[in-house]
Amino acid sequence: MTYPAQGAPGGAPGTLARRALPIIGVIATLLLLWEGARLLFGLSEQRLPSLGSIIETMFTPTRGGAGPLLIVQMLANGWATFRVALGGFVIGGLLGFGLAVLFMRLPVLERGLMPYVIGSQTVPILAIAPMVVVGFGRMGAPPWLAKMVVAAYLTFFPVTIGMLRGLRSASPQSLDLMRSYAATPFQYFWKLRLPVSLPYLFTALKIAASAAVIGAIVAELPSGAREGIGVMILNAAQYYNSRPQALYLAILVAGLVGVCFYGLVVLAEHLIVKWRA
Amino acid sequence: MSAPLQATTVAPQASRAVRKGLSARDLWPPLLTFALVIGLWELAVRFLQIPIYLLPAPSQILETFLARPAFLLRIGLVTFTNAVVGCAIGASLGCLVAALCVRWRVVADGLVPLAVAASAVPIIALSPLMGIWLGSVSPLSKIAVVAVMTFFPTLVSVYRGLVSPTADALMLMRSYAAPQRVVFAKLRAPAALPFLFGALRVCATLSMIGAVVAEFFGGPQNALGVYIKTQAGILRTREAWSAILVACLFGLAFYLAVVLAERAAMPWKRGRQQ
Amino acid sequence: MNTPPIIEFDRVSKVYQSGGGPVTALLDVSLSIAAGEFIALIGPSGCGKSTLMRLIGDLEQPSSGTVRVKGKTPEQARLDRDYGIVFQAPVLYEWRTVRRNVELPLEIMGRPPAERRERAMSLLRLVGLGDFGDAYPHQLSGGMQQRAAIARALSFEPSILLMDEPFGALDEITRERMQTELLSLWSSAAPRPTVIFVTHSIPEAVFLADRVVVMSPRPGRVQRIVPIDLPRPRVFETRESPGFFSLVTEVREALRATENERVEV
Repeated sequence: MTYPAQGAPGGAPGTLARRALPIIGVIATLLLLWEGARLLFGLSEQRLPSLGSIIETMFTPTRGGAGPLLIVQMLANGWATFRVALGGFVIGGLLGFGLAVLFMRLPVLERGLMPYVIGSQTVPILAIAPMVVVGFGRMGAPPWLAKMVVAAYLTFFPVTIGMLRGLRSASPQSLDLMRSYAATPFQYFWKLRLPVSLPYLFTALKIAASAAVIGAIVAELPSGAREGIGVMILNAAQYYNSRPQALYLAILVAGLVGVCFYGLVVLAEHLIVKWRA
Repeated sequence: MSAPLQATTVAPQASRAVRKGLSARDLWPPLLTFALVIGLWELAVRFLQIPIYLLPAPSQILETFLARPAFLLRIGLVTFTNAVVGCAIGASLGCLVAALCVRWRVVADGLVPLAVAASAVPIIALSPLMGIWLGSVSPLSKIAVVAVMTFFPTLVSVYRGLVSPTADALMLMRSYAAPQRVVFAKLRAPAALPFLFGALRVCATLSMIGAVVAEFFGGPQNALGVYIKTQAGILRTREAWSAILVACLFGLAFYLAVVLAERAAMPWKRGRQQ
Repeated sequence: MNTPPIIEFDRVSKVYQSGGGPVTALLDVSLSIAAGEFIALIGPSGCGKSTLMRLIGDLEQPSSGTVRVKGKTPEQARLDRDYGIVFQAPVLYEWRTVRRNVELPLEIMGRPPAERRERAMSLLRLVGLGDFGDAYPHQLSGGMQQRAAIARALSFEPSILLMDEPFGALDEITRERMQTELLSLWSSAAPRPTVIFVTHSIPEAVFLADRVVVMSPRPGRVQRIVPIDLPRPRVFETRESPGFFSLVTEVREALRATENERVEV
């Protein structure tokens, strides 16, 4: 008797197409609605630029013909934001991971410090971002540092909470099993607690990924910032009347930065957490 | 039967005790933490002599707030109204589209992955565009940003809730030959309630912060975000922090309102530890 | 028996299409069940006993052959609400009180509220949950939850009761008590419903049933039908009688034969 193969690799292309088709359908519908709305309501380029003109604008040079193509400038600024967000994400992630492991090992420390971890999040850092940036600027720190601090601050909290929950998620039976092998504390961690906590860690990292990007962008808003996709959005909004397409492009690139960051985390999850579908 | 009888006399009392204990246990650690954090902050600022433009002490922030509470609460209310209206619109649309997704699964297959991806998109970047479309000083542009921010998480959560009933629970409905309308009203909708409130809790904090940040991109003079940004820009940090205090108060009020509504709407969850 | 069968299987087969090719869950099953009979379906995993039960309920459709329920198609029987169903999990709706869970089918069938309430309460009293009408499911033990699920299935007085390993998740002690309770509920109902009871437990099948249908796996077929002539009412002492033991042995032997056959194949 042969049992039906579960999730046979041979069936993957078919299911991929079946999964992608509705998504493509929805995107196509949205684009059709965009162009349809232009036609139906007679919207001007100023109100809602046509998709064609947005693509066209991508390839116009900046600074009166002397600078790079607009799309290149946008992507370069998107990359600047991405870098800063990634830096903050890594710092915040390591901090969160370290705190979680520390709290796991020393419950006394958890009782002492956890309230501060939670307390630190009652402060809406996004609303404070302008002051962090201005304050750091005043102290003479490079502008990327303030952005990175905001991104790191937004990252460490979900990671600490998620990782700690993950480290605690090992079932009593699996802990008993380790005990029966007389495992060392390091083996407990490496063979049991760390693997079971990974799905929790990645759930937290996915939340943190978008938070880090949002934090980096919002930290670019105060006047004085010169680099980043947030600056591009503000500039494009300021010169909307002369070139409306640039704003749509800037928003698109900001979305791209967020999705790429998120995609990176999802990719890492697929590579590391193989035992979960 | 004696065993069940014994259980009757014990169970309701036990659950009431649990309920009472929960609320007390729920409340005081965060309060204590809050007091500790504030105290530590105050001491740090005093003894480390942190310059006031960098970080004012809590007592200074409170003092600044008490100097003009009416003004700050008034501009806070402007932003708060945008947050609540935006959240109501976004969440309602999210529920509606989730219901449509259950009816037409093809739509769900296309829309739900995109809505998940939307959570990775910095929606706040739409603010200047909404300002151009709906007027940058108009509350409509802020409401629109908050509505878009809250729409996607609500859609994803509520859809997951609506499809959460197990195969057996659906079979039971089939065995009663219940029409789709009844399956929705008596099974899917109540099953989705916890998911809806989970999303609303997130949306409540999200929408207040979102409304403030949307105003960073420009807005009317008498709004919290604009006030914070301009005061921070001229290094009047105490004033900015007092406005943030107001944002915290309104955000907390919104969150608590959701929690209260949740308790009222789901009596079966009471007295049950999560 | 002279009365026409209430449920009739005529050369019924069920084939599932799956990634690894078709899987035959049931092959050429013919079986007729009389009104008021208590039938136990037993067999190893994969013998199609649950499929057989679900075909009666129109929860699945046969690939070939016909199933008749009260002389109608299973779909018509379902639309006429001819059967109640109990799963292995209680499947109570957590947002409804126990009483409102029992009322659920009556509500869907549009009975007036007063009648619903009265009917639900009398059934809850019958299953020993009279004091728990206003409790929520999570406040009840597993056995009590399953009693509520049985009360729900009986609430609209269906002529057929489908039970898919209803006591499978309970401990042995609770399980035996529930078996006795189920029999007394069944025998006190007038007219007695026809019960199709899927189980993994040999003593349970023998204790409850009028006939035990022993099934063999891959493909699912009826191996043997063992009539159980133990006197009713069946009580605690029934399980200790020599007749009980010899019938348990007979069913066990029939099950073993299904394995031997598989080895030969």
